[in-house]
This record gives sequence, C-alpha cells and structure tokens, in this order.
Amino acid sequence: MSKLSSPKPSVTDDEVSVDPADYARAKINASLTAKQKIGFLREMIRIRRFEQTSLKYYNQGMMGGFLHLYIGQEAVAVGTVSLMGKNDHVITAYRDHGHALAVGMGMKECMAELFGKATGCSRGKGGSMHFFAPDKNYWGGHGIVGGQTPLGLGLAYGLKYKGLKGCALCFMGDGAVNQGAYHESLNLAALWKLPVVYVIENNKYSMGTTLERSSAMRNCLAERADGYGIVWDIANGEDLYEVRAKASSAMRRAHEQSLPTVLEVDTYRYYGHSVADANAKKYRSPEEIDRYKAHHDPINLWKKRLFDEGVLTEGEADAIDEAAKDEADTAAQFAIDSDSPTPETIFEDVYWEVDNKTEAGSTGRHFFSE
Amino acid sequence: MPLITYRKALNDALAEEIIRDENVVIIGEEVAQYNGAYKVTEGLWQRFGDKRVVDAPISEAGFIGMGVGASMLGIRPVMELMFWSFAYVAWDQIINNAGQVRYMSGGLINCPIVIRGPANGGTNVGATHSHTPENFIANTPGLKVVCPATAYDAKGLMKTAIRDNDPVCFMENTLLYGETWEVPEEEYLIPLGVADIKRHGTDVSLIAHGRAVITALKAAEILAAEHDISAEVLDLRSIRPLDEEAILQTVRKTHRAVLVDENKPFCGVSAQIAATIQEKAFDELDAPVQRVCSLDAPAIYSPALESLQLPTVARIIEKVLHIR
Repeated sequence: MSKLSSPKPSVTDDEVSVDPADYARAKINASLTAKQKIGFLREMIRIRRFEQTSLKYYNQGMMGGFLHLYIGQEAVAVGTVSLMGKNDHVITAYRDHGHALAVGMGMKECMAELFGKATGCSRGKGGSMHFFAPDKNYWGGHGIVGGQTPLGLGLAYGLKYKGLKGCALCFMGDGAVNQGAYHESLNLAALWKLPVVYVIENNKYSMGTTLERSSAMRNCLAERADGYGIVWDIANGEDLYEVRAKASSAMRRAHEQSLPTVLEVDTYRYYGHSVADANAKKYRSPEEIDRYKAHHDPINLWKKRLFDEGVLTEGEADAIDEAAKDEADTAAQFAIDSDSPTPETIFEDVYWEVDNKTEAGSTGRHFFSE
Repeated sequence: MPLITYRKALNDALAEEIIRDENVVIIGEEVAQYNGAYKVTEGLWQRFGDKRVVDAPISEAGFIGMGVGASMLGIRPVMELMFWSFAYVAWDQIINNAGQVRYMSGGLINCPIVIRGPANGGTNVGATHSHTPENFIANTPGLKVVCPATAYDAKGLMKTAIRDNDPVCFMENTLLYGETWEVPEEEYLIPLGVADIKRHGTDVSLIAHGRAVITALKAAEILAAEHDISAEVLDLRSIRPLDEEAILQTVRKTHRAVLVDENKPFCGVSAQIAATIQEKAFDELDAPVQRVCSLDAPAIYSPALESLQLPTVARIIEKVLHIR
C-alpha cells in the first residue's frame, strides 16, 4: 500500500494505539466470537459475488447506466457497518452496493434495482447509484461526488436534536475531499459538535486522476481535518481488525462526546471508476492491479487470518463462497423474472402528499405532462 | 382585523409553528442573534432559544444540505436563505437531494423541509442578488414553490408549507416585507395549489404571482378609472402545485389574458401559464395571450432603469389596451 505515514494522525486513543501491528487485540476485536468473524467473511464474499454476478449481466447489456464496483474495498463497509447500533446511520456515494448489502439489504432487491425492475429496492427508479433502506438506517446511495456529505451532517444533526446517542457514518471517495460541500460540512460539524464520522475510502483514483494530480496535500487526505480542529485518523483498509478498531474509536467519540471524526481508509478498487471506464488500465498499470489482488485483497487476507486463528477451515470457506455464488445467481434470476415497472408508476414517489392521497396532494396540479 | 406587515405575518407563522411542533427548527444566516437580515425572524431566538433558532455560517450548500439530511430523519427545518439568489451555491442540495431523493428511493424517504427567503429584483442590488428562481425550482418535479403577495397569504401559506411533508421553496419579496394587510388573529391555513382572485373583473384577466400581483392591482385600478376596463386579478399564490382550474375559469370569464411576471420571459412561469391557456382554453380567447415580464437582461443596478426593467403599471396597461 502506498505510504501514508508521514502526517501524524491526531487520534490519541489508547485502545487503537496499543500495538499498531496487531489490531486484533483492540478491545472491540478481542471480544469477537468465531461466529462473528466468519460472519464478516461471509458479508465480504457476498458483496464480491453479488458484484461479479452483476458485472456479468451488465456486460451482457441487461442493465442500463453505470455500474461502480466496490470489489477490493469490501473490508471498509463490512468492518464499519459491523459496529453499528440502533441509532447509527449510514450514507454513502454512488459506489454503494457494498454498504447496502453490509447493512442487511437483500441481494434480490438490490439486483432487481440494477435490472431496473419493479421489485428493486427503489422500484427501479434509482439504479446502481441510488440504493436506499431507511428501515436499516441506510440513506443511500448518492450520485453527485461529495453531495452526500451535508446530508450525513444532517443525519447527525437530527440525532443530536432528538437527543439520541448515535452517529452518522458518511462514506465518500478520495475525489470528494476536493468538493466545497465537504469542507462546509467539516466546518459545521466541528462548529456544532455533530456526531458524524466521515469515512474517506481512499482508493487512490478519482475516476482516472491520481491523488498526485488532484490533491494539494497528496500524502494524506484526512489531515485536512486539522484545518477544522477535527480529530482524524488513517486506517489500513485491507485489515478488517484495523478498520473496526479505528472506526470504533471514531464512533465512540461521536456517541460519548458528540464530536466528529475524519477517518481515511486506505483501499483499492480492482475495476474502473465504473465498468464503463475505458481507461481503467491506462491511468494505472495492470501490474499495480495484479499486485493489489495478489497481496492486498481484503477477503483473502481475512480468510488467511481466520485460518491462522484456527476458527475457519478451507472447506467452510469454500462453502461460504458457494453459498454466496448461489445467492447471487438466485438474485439475478429473480431480477430477470421480475416485471418492469408499469408506466403509471412514473408519477409515483415524487410527492409524499400525492402518494398518500392527502388533501394537499390532490389540491392543484402537481404534474404537467399532457 | 389588525393590519400587520408581511414581515410580521411570516414571523407570527414561524413562532406559531415552533410552538406547535417541537421538530420545527429555524436555521439560517443571521436568523438568531442578529434578528434576521430582513428581520423576518426578529425576536424568535430570544423567545425560543438556541435549539430552535440557529445562526448558520455563510455555507449555503453545507447548511441547506444539512437541513435536508435532518428532514429525512423527521426534523422540520425552516431554512432561511438571506436571498434566494444565494440558493445557486446550494443548488445540488436543493435540486438533487431535497428534490430527487424521494423518487430515487422509490418513495422510501420524504423531506419535510421549507427553504425560504426573498426572491426579487427592484432593490438596486445588481444581478447577483436579484434572481427570481421560481421557474427553475418549479421545473423540478419533487419540489413545491410558493410565492405569496400579501401578508395574509404569507402567513397562511407558511404555516401550510411547514406542515407539508414535501420540500417547499417559499419565495418572499423584500419590497413587500414592510407593507401591511389585514390579518386575522385566529389561526388559519391556506392550502398550496389554490389561487386567489384579488380583484374581480369581466374584461381582461391579469394573472400574476408575488409582487407582480400588487403591480397588476394598481394597473387594474387605472384601467377602471381611466379606460373603463374591468380587469380581474388572479393571484396564483403557489406555482407548483398550480391552480390550473382557476386560470382557466378566469380566462373563460374574460376571454383575454395578460400575464404579469417578475420572472424573465424565456421559459419563465408565464410561459407555462400561456401554454396551459392555449392548450386548454384556446377557443375561449378573443385575443392572443400577452405577457409582461422583467425585461430580458440581467437585473440592472441603475435605480433609474431597474424600476423599468420589472413589470410596470404602464406596460400592463399598454398590453391590455393592445388587446381590448
């Protein structure tokens, strides 16, 4: 992984600095059961198999639009989401399949959304970039780079306003740190002491532009938080234990002190910005991609870790993988078999008052098609 | 009925809704300790405190987006834009987030947020501060747009907007803040999507919204006194939802329509109204629909010229006489 060690994180939490080499011993990880650890593996594999299956059908022309794959970054979503309690909320950008499955959305509803079917999680109205599940505290799925960062702040504001002890995990890519809305959000988060954790999933490339060509502070993106007096930290995204330890520390800061954190997680995407990214192997070398796959794959590393710990056998790992493949295939078949949305649904889900047939919804003209 | 200002009517509406619903919170630049740049929120911070009335730094994208996010969790933020012109730096948050999140989530989310502030020219503050974006906003399904012309309407519509479960963009007018109208002391609500006949007439319909209604009323007086023309003035009050039936009714009654609109003419609100009339009441018309809009250039600073750039009484009368 690229070296991010020159800036010094502002975290001073004893728990995460006990032994930088081994986050397995952090309190939040030491108490994990074998079943939980295997569960994390299952979640990561499910995300990967879901996306590989979606890629197959995308390449067959069975989906529209863009497909931004999360493959390579799975430990970030699974590690952070595994820490969520009842009042913790998640919001992310357009690379949103991993977070969606991690919070417990079903493969079927997600796959059907990719196919644009009526059975999709957003009834075929959102597509790949716009998965939502408010019942699971999952607020999307947002298409504009950095546009979700004020929304994440708003979730934190809402929690604090209501006196709830929770936090908003607001995920974003490395490209989003250059958007103004993010910086406005950081200032407001610090000013109003809001319980938000900005998780920068630094996969090194904002579309085809490297950090070196996009960021004035190229060695570290989280460090910009210093400008707002916000505590920040960096985690190695290939190590699920480290992601959990550092995210847990940030979430505790939100829960107990109602303070924000910026957590940069070093990670890598194997595919292009989206599948339609024609230059995915031009702005970086195929060797670089192969190196990450061979040596830094979060699933393989976690699997090896569980083998070493003696909590998982090869046979069990294979069974998990087979089950995930089957689940993804079943989801794809479900999506293929599902009906497309009917034309009259075009005018549904625009206005709450219209959908709920209230007096307000039936007063005046709301839609202007002929 | 007591006479109160447009500003006080809004202030009363905000105070009443803060008291009624604990989830209502006022957020914006200078709304609390400064008492509001235009004093619309005067005294509210002193009455209701830090939690309910919140001063925001100059970060429209940040705090408007924050309000949208909070509204997804059931908070009812009333966000002040010092000018609607400043909405342009928060455009993504208003259009994409407040406006589209319900649709993109297949109806799983709604944003009960009000974004309010003045949207008008006529105060010699130049092009950047004189925008009237009601047409842009109304062009976005998912958003609602309200443009009250009187204190009575401002209060009743504001209370409804705060209770509405969709995002409502509420556009006021700095030139009206100090004007007074009769406003009842007892509580009342005005539904969105219901236009109001501000003056009954039989010869021509002047259809307007916001301060253009006041200009139209002045023109109607002169038309009656000097030209023996009876003009009906229809105030749209809300642009989306739109009271299309009221528009068609007045056209069926007078058979002539002059649309008065402080928007620019190209793709402005009046363009939509004209399209509606020709589509649904073509046979009722005895003359082509006329429009009196802001002159089609950026808002000029020069006080001598800006008053001419906005719809004037003289231009309205000229158009009416042209089709009498």
